[in-house]
Parts: sequence; C-alpha cells; structure tokens
Amino acid sequence: MIQLIVLLPLLAAIIAGLGNKALGKLPAKIITTGALFAICAMSWSIFIPFVMGNGEAYVAPLFTWIQSGSFDAQWALRVDTMTAVMLVVITSVSSLVHLYSWGYMDEEPDQPRFFAYLSLFTFAMLMLVTANNLLQMFFGWEGVGLASYLLIGFWFRKPSANAAAIKAFVVNRVGDLGFMMGIFGTYLVFNTISIPEILEMAPSMAGSTIGFLGARFDTMTVLCLLLFIGAMGKSAQLGLHTWLPDAMEGPTPVSALIHAATMVTAGVFMVCRLSPMFETSETALTVVTYVGAATCLFAATVGTVQTDIKRVIAYSTCSQLGYMFFAAGVGAYGAAMFHLFTHAFFKALLFLGAGSVIHAMHHEQDMRYYGGLRKSIPITFWTMTLGTLAITGVGLPIIGIGFAGFYSKDGILEAAYAAGGAGTGAFLVGVFAALLTSFYSWRLVFLTFFGKPRWAASEHIQHALHDAHGHGHDDHATHGHGSEEANAPAQEHAGHDPHGHETAPAHMATGTGGYHPHESPWVMLVPLIVLSIGAVFAGLVFHDQFIGSEGGIAFWQGSLAFDSHLMHAAHEVPTWVKFSPFTVMLTGLAIAWLAYVKYTDWPQRFVAQFGVLYTFLLNKWYFDELYNLLFVKPAFAIGRFFWKFGDVGFIDRFGPNGLAALVVQGNKVTRRLQSGYLYTYALVMLIGLAAAATWAMTR
Amino acid sequence: MDGFPILSLMMAVPMAGAIACLFVGANSARWIALIATLIDFVLGMALWANFDQSGSGAQWQFQEYAPIFGKFAWALGIDGIALMLIALTVFLMPICIGASWRAIEKRVGEYMAAFLFMEVLMIGVFAAQDLYLFYIMFEAGLIPMYLIIGIWGGADRIYASYKFFLYTLLGSVLMLIAMMWMVHEAGTTEIPALMAYNFDPTVQTWLFLAFFASFAVKMPMWPVHTWLPDAHVQAPTAGSVILAGVLLKMGGYGFIRFSLPMFPEASAQLAPLVWGLSMVAVVYTSLVALVQSDMKKLIAYSSVAHMAIVTVGLFAFNQAGIEGAMMVMLGHGLVAGALFLCVGVIYDRLHTREIARYGGLSINMPRYALLFLFFTMASVGLPGTSNFVGEFLALMGIYQASTWVALVCTTGIILGAAYMLYLYRRICYGEQINADAAAMPDLSARELWLLAPIAAVVLWMGIYPESFLAPMRPDIVALEARLAPAAPTGDAQIKLGAPKSADAAHHEDVAAPSHSASGEAH
Amino acid sequence: MIGLQHYLVVSAIVFVIGVLGIFINRKNIIIILMAIELILLSVNINLVAFSVFLNDMVGQVFSMFVLTVAAGEGAIGLAILVIYFRGRGSIAVDDVNRMKG
Repeated sequence: MIQLIVLLPLLAAIIAGLGNKALGKLPAKIITTGALFAICAMSWSIFIPFVMGNGEAYVAPLFTWIQSGSFDAQWALRVDTMTAVMLVVITSVSSLVHLYSWGYMDEEPDQPRFFAYLSLFTFAMLMLVTANNLLQMFFGWEGVGLASYLLIGFWFRKPSANAAAIKAFVVNRVGDLGFMMGIFGTYLVFNTISIPEILEMAPSMAGSTIGFLGARFDTMTVLCLLLFIGAMGKSAQLGLHTWLPDAMEGPTPVSALIHAATMVTAGVFMVCRLSPMFETSETALTVVTYVGAATCLFAATVGTVQTDIKRVIAYSTCSQLGYMFFAAGVGAYGAAMFHLFTHAFFKALLFLGAGSVIHAMHHEQDMRYYGGLRKSIPITFWTMTLGTLAITGVGLPIIGIGFAGFYSKDGILEAAYAAGGAGTGAFLVGVFAALLTSFYSWRLVFLTFFGKPRWAASEHIQHALHDAHGHGHDDHATHGHGSEEANAPAQEHAGHDPHGHETAPAHMATGTGGYHPHESPWVMLVPLIVLSIGAVFAGLVFHDQFIGSEGGIAFWQGSLAFDSHLMHAAHEVPTWVKFSPFTVMLTGLAIAWLAYVKYTDWPQRFVAQFGVLYTFLLNKWYFDELYNLLFVKPAFAIGRFFWKFGDVGFIDRFGPNGLAALVVQGNKVTRRLQSGYLYTYALVMLIGLAAAATWAMTR
Repeated sequence: MDGFPILSLMMAVPMAGAIACLFVGANSARWIALIATLIDFVLGMALWANFDQSGSGAQWQFQEYAPIFGKFAWALGIDGIALMLIALTVFLMPICIGASWRAIEKRVGEYMAAFLFMEVLMIGVFAAQDLYLFYIMFEAGLIPMYLIIGIWGGADRIYASYKFFLYTLLGSVLMLIAMMWMVHEAGTTEIPALMAYNFDPTVQTWLFLAFFASFAVKMPMWPVHTWLPDAHVQAPTAGSVILAGVLLKMGGYGFIRFSLPMFPEASAQLAPLVWGLSMVAVVYTSLVALVQSDMKKLIAYSSVAHMAIVTVGLFAFNQAGIEGAMMVMLGHGLVAGALFLCVGVIYDRLHTREIARYGGLSINMPRYALLFLFFTMASVGLPGTSNFVGEFLALMGIYQASTWVALVCTTGIILGAAYMLYLYRRICYGEQINADAAAMPDLSARELWLLAPIAAVVLWMGIYPESFLAPMRPDIVALEARLAPAAPTGDAQIKLGAPKSADAAHHEDVAAPSHSASGEAH
Repeated sequence: MIGLQHYLVVSAIVFVIGVLGIFINRKNIIIILMAIELILLSVNINLVAFSVFLNDMVGQVFSMFVLTVAAGEGAIGLAILVIYFRGRGSIAVDDVNRMKG
C-alpha cells in the first residue's frame, strides 16, 4: 500500500503533465485530485493503527539505487510512526489544496501543468518522509525543491516570480551543500547511510573527534551541524530564510501546501528523524535551540509590520518553524512533531483563507486595501478566525482544553522551560514571540475583516471594475507587482519593495469604489471548513499520543528520541509558566484590537515615534540587501572579472594569442635573412659546410 | 562472439561509410551516415550484451591482435570502462547525424565523412590496446574536429579551429616522448602490460607530467580551458555535441587508463596539484558562466566546471570517487550534448546564440521548454538524473581524501544552480520580448526524436545507475587495488574518544572501514 | 719537380675563384654558371691528380663522369636562364630575388 501511496501522485503528475493541453483541464484535475484523495484515505488507514497503538513499522524495499563499494543506497519505503504522521499531514493538506485549486485556479489557462506540479511535489515529499537512508531523503529533499521552484515560478511571465523561484532554489542549495557534506561525513564515519543503522551506531561515536577542514572537532557535532545546515535551508531558518517570503509569488494554494504545511517542515522532520544522532551532541542541540529561537523572534518581529497578507503569514510560518526547531533543540522532539502536525492544519487554513480573501479581492494582497470584509465573505472570515484562534494558542491552561496551537505551542514552551540551560532562554524568547504572534495574527484579522472598506484605490480592484466581465485575473501576471522589478542581473533579490507606510496615507481613501467582494465557490470553502476542523480538534484529540509522557512512548515506538522524563517534567512546570503563553496571547489580542479597531491612529503614531525601528522591521532586518551586497553582486562582478581579466586578459593573452603574436614578431626578424639572392644562400651553405667539415676534421 | 572481430567491425563500418559519403550526393550522404551510425549503435549494444560483467572473467575482452611492424600492432580490446565510453559514443553519433540533417547544407558528403571518421577514431581510442595505436587515434581525432569547426563553423571559425588545434597539440609531443621512453623501458607497447609495470617513482613524476600536459588540455582543466568555449561557440551543433559528449571524455579516459594505473606514486604525489586546479576550475568557471551572454559559451564553461568534478573524483584514489568520475563523464556526455542540441534547436530557428534575443519560449514552445528544463535540472545535478549519481559519488570520494576540496567543489552545486536557472529563466521564462522568437514553432518530430532518447537514458542512469556501474565495477576495483599502496590518507580521520558505555569491539567494527584505520597519523 | 701539392694548390685556387665568382658577381647569372664550371673543374683536377698519385684509375674515370654531368648541368642551367629571361626580361643577379621573404 505504501508503494501505491508514493507512486500514485507521480503517475498522476506524469499523466497530467505530459498530457497537458491534449488531455484537457478537467481530466487532468480529476486524475490528480482523485489520486490524492485516494492516497489520503490510504494514509489515514496507516496512521490510525499507530494512534491506536497497534501500528507496525516496516520497510518496503523497491530496488537498488547507487552501489559503490561498501556504499549502498536502496530505493525503499519506510513506514513508522513519524512517517505515518507525515503521510497524514502531506496527503490531507495536499488533497485539500488540490480541491481548493479547482476554484482558485479556475480562470488559469495552464491548469494541467499546475496540477501536475502539485502532484509531483506530493510525490517528492512522500519520498522524503518514507526514506530509509539519507540519500533517498536527499532525493525527496531536492525533488520538493524542484517542485517548489516550478510552482513559485508558475506564473513565469512575471519577473518577480521568476526571481523568487531562482532565489528559492539557490538558497536551498546552500543548505543542500551542508546536507551533502553531512551525508559524506556520515558515510565516512559510519560506513553506511541507512538511517536505522546510523542511529544505532551514533551513541558509540559520542566523544570521538574527526578532522574537518584542517582542524579537529567532535565527530557528532560536525555531522549534526552539517545536516542541520540542510535543515536550515529547507525550513527557512535565520540566515537562510530569505527565500520564503519571496516564495509567496507563487499561487496561494502552493503557499499553503509547500511553504506552510509540508515542505518547509522537512527540516524539522529531518532533525526529529535523526534525533538519536542529535542527542549525542550537546553542542549541536544548543545550536539548534539558538537558531530556532532566533528565527522565531526575528520572523515574528518582521511579521508585525508587513502589509502583504501572504507575507504576514509567511513570516508567521518562519516563526513557527523556529518554535519547532527549538523544541527539537531542547530534546522535545515529540513536541516539535506535534507542532508540525497542528501547524500544518492551521497554517494551511490561514493560507487558504488568505487565498480566499485574495480571490474575492481580485488578487489584491495588500491588507491596507482590505477592511470590513467579514460581512461580504463570512465563511472565510469564520474559518480564518478559527485558524487565528488556533495559531495564537487559545485555550484554558488549567483545564487543558483549547485549540490545536494551544497544545502544541504550550507544550513546546513548557518543555523548553523544563529542559533548562539553553531552553530557558528559548522559553523567554518563545513567550515574547507568542505575544508578537498573537499581535500580528489578530492584526491580520482586524485589518482584513473589520473596520471600513478601503479598497477604492486598489489597482487590482480598479482593474477588475474596468474589465466589465470581470475576467481580470487571467492576466494578473502582467499587472501589478510584475512591473516593480524587471531587470536582471540583480534577479536574485526580487521580492517586493516595501510599499511605503503603514495604514492609510492620504491617497488611500476609504470606500468600496463600487466593488463588492463575493464569497469564494464551494470547492474553495470545503477545504477551509475541513481544515478548520483540524485546527480546532487536532490538538485535543492527539496531544496525549504526541507529547504525553506515557502515551508518547507507545505512540512513537522509538521512531524518534522521545524523552519521557522531559515530557513529564514539562507537565509539572510551575503555574506561572503555564499561564504565561495565555497571558501574552491575551495581551497581543488586546494591543491588536486597540491599535486596529479602537484607536486606528495608533499605528501612525507608532511609526512617527519609532521610525528607525519600523523601517528596520519593514525591510526585514535588511537581510536581502545584505546578501545582495555580499553575495549576488560580487558573484557577478567576480565572474565578469575572471572572464575579462582572467580568461581573455591573461590566459588567452599570454597563452595562445601571445604565442601566436610571438611567432609573428619573431618572423619579422628572421625574414630579413631571406634576401632572395642566390649568392647569399650559397654563402651560408658554404659557411655551414666549412663549419661542418672543420668540426668533422678537428673532432 | 568469441574470436569475432567485433571491435574492428565497429571501426570498419563507419570507415566504409565515410569513404562512400565522399563520392555521393548530399541526400545519399545523409542516409549513408545515419545508417552506418545506426549499425554501429546496434553493434555497440551487442557488444554490451555480450560483455561479461561478472568480474570473474578476464578483465580485457574482445581482444584482437595483428602485428604490423616491430612491437607496433593492431591490438584492440576493452574493459568495462572502455565499454561504457564506446556505448556513449555510438549512442550519440546517430543523434549528431540527425542534428545535422537540415542544419548543414554545404559540402554535406565531406561533413558526414568527417563525422564518420571521427567515430572510427573515437572507438579506436577507447578500444586501443597498443600504446602507439592509442596515440595515433588520440591525435588523429583532432583532424576531423579541426575540419568540422574550421569549415562548417560560425563566423570566427578559423580562430577557434586554430586555437583548438594548437592547444590540443601542445601536450601531445611531450606525451609521445614519454610513451617512447616507457616502451623502451618496459619493452612492450601493450597497455595492459604497461598498466602492471612499476616504473621508478622519480621517473614517474616526469612521465606523469608529460601525460598530464596532454590530458589536462583535453579535459580541459583550468587554466588550459580557454579553447573550449571558443571551439564550442564556433562549432556546428553536432560538432559541439560530439566535442562535449565524447572528445572531452578522452582526457578523463586517459587519466583513468594511463596516469593513474601506470604512475600511481606520481599521481598520489601530484594529486594536490590536480585538486587545486579543479577547485579553482569549479569556482572560477562557474562564476564566469554566470555572466555569459552567449548560450553556447555558458554551457561550455559549465562543462569545464563539471569536468573538474571528474578530476577530483579520479584523484580521490577510492572506488566511490573513480566510479563517480566515470558516471559524471557519462552523464555529462549526455546532458551537455543534449543542452547543445537544445541550443541548436533554437539557433536553427533564429540564427543567434545571444541569450537576450530569446525569452518566454515556454509560451510558444512548451515541449521544448519541458525538455530544456529537464536537461537544465540534470545539469544542475538533481537527484534522479545521471549527473547527480556521478557528482555525489565523486564528491563523496574526495571527501574521504580531503574535506577542503570536497567543500569547495560542492559549492559547484550552488553556483551551477545559479547559472543554469538564470539561463533557463532568460530563455524560457518571462515575457515574449522578441517578436521573431515568439513566432518560433515548437519542436519538430525529428528534434523530438533526438532529445527524447537522451532524456530517457539520463533518467535511467539517475534512477537505476546499476546498469552502468556494474560493467565498470571489477575494473575500478582493480584500479583501486593498484592505487591502494600510494593513496594519500584523508584529513577526516576519526579518533575515538573515551568509550562511554558501548563495548570496545563495536568501536572497531565502526572504525575499521574507510580510511579511518590509519587515523593516528593525523 | 712538380708534386701533388702543386696540383692541389692550383685546384684550390681555381675552387676559390669559382666560389668568389658566385658571391662577388652582381651582374650576370651566366657568370654564376661559369663559376660553377670552375668549381667542377677544380674537383676534376683533384680527382686526376690523386688518381695519378695513387695509381688508381677510378679517379680519372670519375672525372669523365663529372665532365659529363657538368655539360648536362650547364645545358639545363642555360635553358632555365633563357626561360627566365623570356619571363622577366632580365638576368641581372640583383633582379633575381623572387624568393625574398
């Protein structure tokens, strides 16, 4: 069955992709979506036995991939609890996203291609999570990277989308460099890349040292950190996060599937999958904790000032990934996986909800042009509110009932506090980030759904109104954002320039301008409703399995390093620790309500007061500018230098061209000897003869 | 097939075709060339099918021997490595003929004859078992290529063809002298015998350098690579395909057949030189590729970077590295060939290689865009394609020898992604900015039949490389054994710490394989 | 008594005159032909002188060969000259420099 789960999406992708125009839109959609729902059902049937505690882990071998001496990589599909969790997450979200895209991409002429890419992505992601060795994981890893590249650049006419696609691929490749080096090192140390064998041998390597780049380090620290660089790339952790916000250039269903629910969590999955390995290196875990906490804080701060609805959610994703990483860093892998699981539901919900809003608003993504939408699109409003309740972790700390995020996020924070050490710092950062999370999430809701309509001045809306039949969004690719940034070679740093200032400047008149948004079609609303069920109940139903100190052991069955003591300690933390996320959540909600509903002039006053801070955050801590200055521009400059001065100016000049010139110059000298007079030749001959004769005689 | 001179037959068929082509009209010449190369392809497949890959049989198979004069003989024979390269040659040749079907209009008979003669010489290089026979084939290969670039090339073809000739001739005299010395010393011209002969280590260095001069240019390694971009740019499409596909592999084949087994000590001693040049090549040429505005030049520079991975793999002195290097050679032969074909497809329509003249081809040429994307991704080394298998194994091999080299060379995957995707974006994505480019028709059936088989093989090599690794394995194991006494120790030695809980015996199990055994030295 | 050395000296003088005739002469190619004849003559003198001195007939036989070849060579040289004169209208040595690089 696992073979079917993994290969069906590939088959669907090939049929839809190669059939393309010949096949037609509807058959392509039916094949891919049908395949996805089928494997979704199968995945749940694998997952449920694991929840019940009678699941059986196994490996289904396929065939040999690469063999070289003792290096042996097989194609094989592994099923255990972690895989089952991921299977459910991937196939559920993916099938719902497929369905949702029927509505969202309805006017798109190139639908078979889109659905083929989505299915291809699902295949690659399933290969990643079912991998039994590091190389197959890398296959999936790169496969999702490819699918992500293709989907971000789906609207390939748009320069910003192309730039974002390349950026995503290249930045991920930086992480992949670490991953590949990690695989090399792992093979060198353990002489195998089979994950179970590595995990079994890892503890015996603790304390050994290895030569790396001319110095000696602790073996396991080197390996774990190299692999973690890969995870940082894929999961957009601080330093390698720059591609994720730009990836929002892709269609919104893609953002929901790839850049929220599944692909970006691959790094977390990898760390958890290799958790026994990470457990052997204290240093590596500390680094994971700090990187996670830093990302969590960084992304949350940036999220508070963004005005593009998708970017807010993108930074929110980045921040939540930070939570997952520091959970893994403090040893609470179960909590990390749990947050991954619940996050998939509520973040996919938020993205799809945002997509629904964008759909209703004719591809206007700027929240400053929204307002008062709760009446026009009520179902979207309610489902997104449920998603926001879930992400902000609403729940009652003492009774222990709440939305999905309440269980997973609070679980992480409590575990971090209980772990002590680096965990204490992570706990404090996490609580502060929770405040920001609550603030920006509610800010999004308030700006979008509350207040008065403000979209009269929006270009997209104007465009929709002028286009009498409302076919505005076929060619959204050519309008709006596309024009902002056109030119290579600085394409690596696309992304939006900030649009100016928070909330209504003068030109942003309030009013509807005669445009009335409509609720999205049912194919889009059904996934929202299904996901909101997940966002509400996923925590309540599964928290004992994922993070319960007893239930966890039975559930995980050793597929990750589940620390029962830590989990137990996490349940026994002081009451103030339990209440702190709850308190900051309320605080954040209150500030957001005051600033965006009650006293709408607050944001402007804040900007006036703290202009520098605001600009710093709006420009995302200037990471893009920094990287552009440090890497992109020098790469082109050095390349040009090497070409013009290295190849042409030096090697060619002194090499072949130089030799040729030397021969020409030399000939100018020697040709003078060639007088053309017979007697000179004869004289030279005679002298030569005489010399030869003299030499012969006197020898 | 015992005793049947199949290798000679494989050389005779294109030779006969070449002679026939000289005397017939344009259209007949095309068909003769196609049929001759297809026959050779079938023969090549028969060769593969009858090749004993178990490793238990003889290393050298299909041997033929006919003395000519003195020690010089018509001696042919192949092992798994040569088999794979011959298979690559006979696979690419019909595709090259197909690619020239419409593009070449003047002197068609001579053109086809040059290509067929080229095929004779390429098979000869890989099958030769006599040192001088190899030399003759190796150097004679220049002649048809020189003519192909110089007669049927682009505007600046004369400069490019002379540069090509001068560069490649540079090392060959030194190589010939070294060969003469070796024959004098060892008393035989047979390559298998020479591969087992132990030359004096001090002399080895000189011999190695003499051979290196020739192979490094052919490879090409930095800094003697500048002939390649010019040659590629000026050569007709099929010429570029065969140049990237097979001719460059002669350098790698030379290393694996001569330099490594014949001079193991010198190879080990000079390995840091090779590593250094390769590291420079990966970073340098990748950055240069990034700023090219000419499609063919970009791909040519990327070839130099890929070939640097081959050299580091070969000079990793272990099985993974050498197998990886071979896989990169095969994979790059296919992928770079296919990329040149892709360039040729649009060059035939618009007659310019300027990247900026294209754009938005995904809109009017979707099938082309798909195949081009596939080969771009293969060139980038996406897992599931041939290049990944090779690059991964080669880099893994070098990691065991030197982590620094591995790190620097692995940056190639980042830079490679950057320049290839940047190229793809400028050609296939974006708006249709040029009206003439927007009017170009999609792939014709002929062009599809040229590219699709390559795509299939690239995928096959990426998903089940065992078919290709298995024939080479015994030979590479033998080579590794030959190199083992000289192989340098890696810098990534494991030193076990104080055992915490596990038993000591388990440690031994873990540490014994790979290079960790001699770890105390570092 | 006239000994061998006298013959050799005469021969050497004739040879040098011939050689100088080639180099110093700037006027006429016919003179070069005559100078070549002189050189051949000096060789002949040597051959005959040694033949007598060593009492070996081969030298004299050889001198007959040389005479024959010299006659042929002179004829061919003159023929070339005539052709050349037809083509170029001059046989002055200074004009004959078509081989100049």
